[in-house]
Amino acid sequence: MRKNLNVIAAYSIMMGLIILVGIFQSWNIALSIFNLCLISAVMTMGANIQWGYAGLINFGIMGYTALGGLAAVLISVNPVQEAWTVGGFNILLSLFLIVGMVLAIKYVLKKYDKSKLRTYIIATIIISGIILIRFVSEPGIEAIEEVNPAKTGFLGGFGLPIIFSWIVGAVFAGGLAFIIGKVALGLRADYLAIATLLISEIVIAIIKHEDWLTRGVKNVIGLKRPAPYEVDLQQTDWFINLVEKFNFSKLNLIQDFSERQSTLNQLVIEGSSIFVKLCYSGLFLVVVIILLILTQKALYSPWGRMMRAIRDNEEAANAMGKNVVKQHLLIFVLGSAIVGIAGAMLVTQDGLFTPGSYRPMRYTFLIWVMVIVGGSGNNFGAILGGFAVWFLWIEAASIALFVINLTTSGLADTHFLKQHLIESVPYFRFLMMGIGLLLIMRYRPKGILPEKIEIK
Amino acid sequence: MDFINAIILLLNYIFVPALTYGSQLALGAIFVTLIYGILRFANFATGDMMSFGTMAAILFTWYFQSLGVSLGVLPTALIAIPFAIIFMIFYMLLIDKLVFKYYRNQKSPPVQLAMVSIGVMFVTQAVVRIIIGPSDRRFFDGEKFIIKAGEFKEITGLNEGLAIKSTQVLTILVTLILVSTLFWFLNKTKTGKSMKAYSDNEDLALLSGIDPKKIVMITWIIAGILATIGGTLYGLDKSFKPFTYFNNMLPIFAAAIVGGIGNPFGAFLGGYVIAFSEILLTYAYKKFFMYVLPESMEPDGLVQLLSTDYKFAVSFSILVIVLLYRPSGIFKGKVL
Repeated sequence: MRKNLNVIAAYSIMMGLIILVGIFQSWNIALSIFNLCLISAVMTMGANIQWGYAGLINFGIMGYTALGGLAAVLISVNPVQEAWTVGGFNILLSLFLIVGMVLAIKYVLKKYDKSKLRTYIIATIIISGIILIRFVSEPGIEAIEEVNPAKTGFLGGFGLPIIFSWIVGAVFAGGLAFIIGKVALGLRADYLAIATLLISEIVIAIIKHEDWLTRGVKNVIGLKRPAPYEVDLQQTDWFINLVEKFNFSKLNLIQDFSERQSTLNQLVIEGSSIFVKLCYSGLFLVVVIILLILTQKALYSPWGRMMRAIRDNEEAANAMGKNVVKQHLLIFVLGSAIVGIAGAMLVTQDGLFTPGSYRPMRYTFLIWVMVIVGGSGNNFGAILGGFAVWFLWIEAASIALFVINLTTSGLADTHFLKQHLIESVPYFRFLMMGIGLLLIMRYRPKGILPEKIEIK
Repeated sequence: MDFINAIILLLNYIFVPALTYGSQLALGAIFVTLIYGILRFANFATGDMMSFGTMAAILFTWYFQSLGVSLGVLPTALIAIPFAIIFMIFYMLLIDKLVFKYYRNQKSPPVQLAMVSIGVMFVTQAVVRIIIGPSDRRFFDGEKFIIKAGEFKEITGLNEGLAIKSTQVLTILVTLILVSTLFWFLNKTKTGKSMKAYSDNEDLALLSGIDPKKIVMITWIIAGILATIGGTLYGLDKSFKPFTYFNNMLPIFAAAIVGGIGNPFGAFLGGYVIAFSEILLTYAYKKFFMYVLPESMEPDGLVQLLSTDYKFAVSFSILVIVLLYRPSGIFKGKVL
């Protein structure tokens, strides 16, 4: 118990802060911060597996998050029958062509030894394949995008419950990570960072511009929900009764019947949105706890020990007969799959998929700040980092406003400096993140909760 | 005649824009490569440092404009650049002293320095946005075109026009002057040679009495000059927006790595490789073929290899291919 005192203390402070937001601002805000904290925690766990366990640097988190989001769309949206009839055949044919191309390349790789000729053959296959695929897919894509472009204009999905997308998102992200890992894992640390960053930008470019698949920048809105809708809740009897029970003492003070009714209505509206958020919190909490148990188990298993050995001394681990390349690939895929889950969760919560909103600042670098601040190599640290940094990211504006008002209290309200500072309050969050990261890296390089390995 | 028209078409839509864009990338790529070669880390704050320099240039431009100073046909920003450079160098040295020096003395691994540069990126981005705001700003004044498309058509009597913006010529000229001075400095002067030696083998350089503090300081000064001029030229030619500058970091990295990171000449050429491939692959060649081919063979489609949406993706794909087949870059060889 005493060993974990700092963990418990850190988590209680974090929860206390969120509760304070609930009391002073509103429970709605507190819960939405909490939900996004949970999603951030899942992302950080994914990045932590790669960086903390294995020392692999992955700046492509944004790409996996977006793929997870894409999975949510492809799973939950109902299929657009008309689009399938006009363009489905061409798309499926292109898919077959891609598979055929990959198989052909594999065959060439196996059949011929490494030589210039082989490189040329592969290049010819790829180029002619791309031309052929474009030739086949172009009319299909055009037809699909012309089907009711204001509402659909894409193939749609499978019409399944959106919860499934959390698994599919993991598979998508893991698949992409497998390809990237095969290609790029041999690179040095900083090259790998740059390569993954750029590949994630390519992924985003594809998601943004392949309208037939993702609707692109036209966004997909109104995704199905795993939680009830607020409007339905407000009509349900048991929910109204529940709200009434909760606010019994408050309602009893009001004598007038019509006034009581209107207060109750107000409370029901507020309560419904809190209830929906609580549903999400429950779902997310389950994911976080399952992942935490799994990652903790992995950390203390022989496999975890091997990963740390590989991280700390690759050559020695290699000499002991551990397959470094294979293990790196495995952990790269696992970590990215977890990030994919988080991406699907994020879209599930928002109920909409906006490819334009995926920016490296928010989805790659911020997650890295979380990992570094929380403590790389320690799952509790990673989750705490997700919570603390997201909390600060959201509340930075209020904190900055408070500080500005305090320091410029001598100036008149119309003073240009004060006005300018207050206008630029939203950008103080970047400043806080940067300074926080720099301070932590300088004075506590292992993070708030450093990695602690007990030998059992 | 058709043939000349086709050439002019390519000049107007591919060659001149790519040369300009390439010059802007090249300056950034040399910046990345210098930092990587001498301070030994990948600087993720590149784009934001460039935007900081540009912001300084814009603020000085506004100041001069309010004083009524102007260069006539040339943009006022040209007078502002030297002042902005001084400001920028001061900022760079401050950051080095507060942040990077500690890790250098600790001999931290490059990855840690790269992480630290992410912290610097956040801070610089915040400072720029707090001071000048996130919106799009144009600060170009003076004569916009050297030759307009219409005038060109009148003079030559061709169907195709060739428009040359003054910022394009300015960019290319300034880049050429700056880069040749830089190469002269690196190859001919004593300080430049000692920088090369330091980059090649740090221990050996220290043994032969090279002062590392001086080398580091000069690197930051050169980097400051490159970042400010590169950023300002980009801002003059297009417009200044902090977010665009942050994004430009990506093709700049691509250029630096394609050219062989740590090799300034490679970075210089890498900028053009990236710019030309981006524009060549995304240009619609329909009109070109209409001029060159006989009427019966005219193409139906746009004859575009990739849609312009994938402009960035092109440079990144090139980078990935280069990384796979030649991780040390196209122009590998000596370091710095």
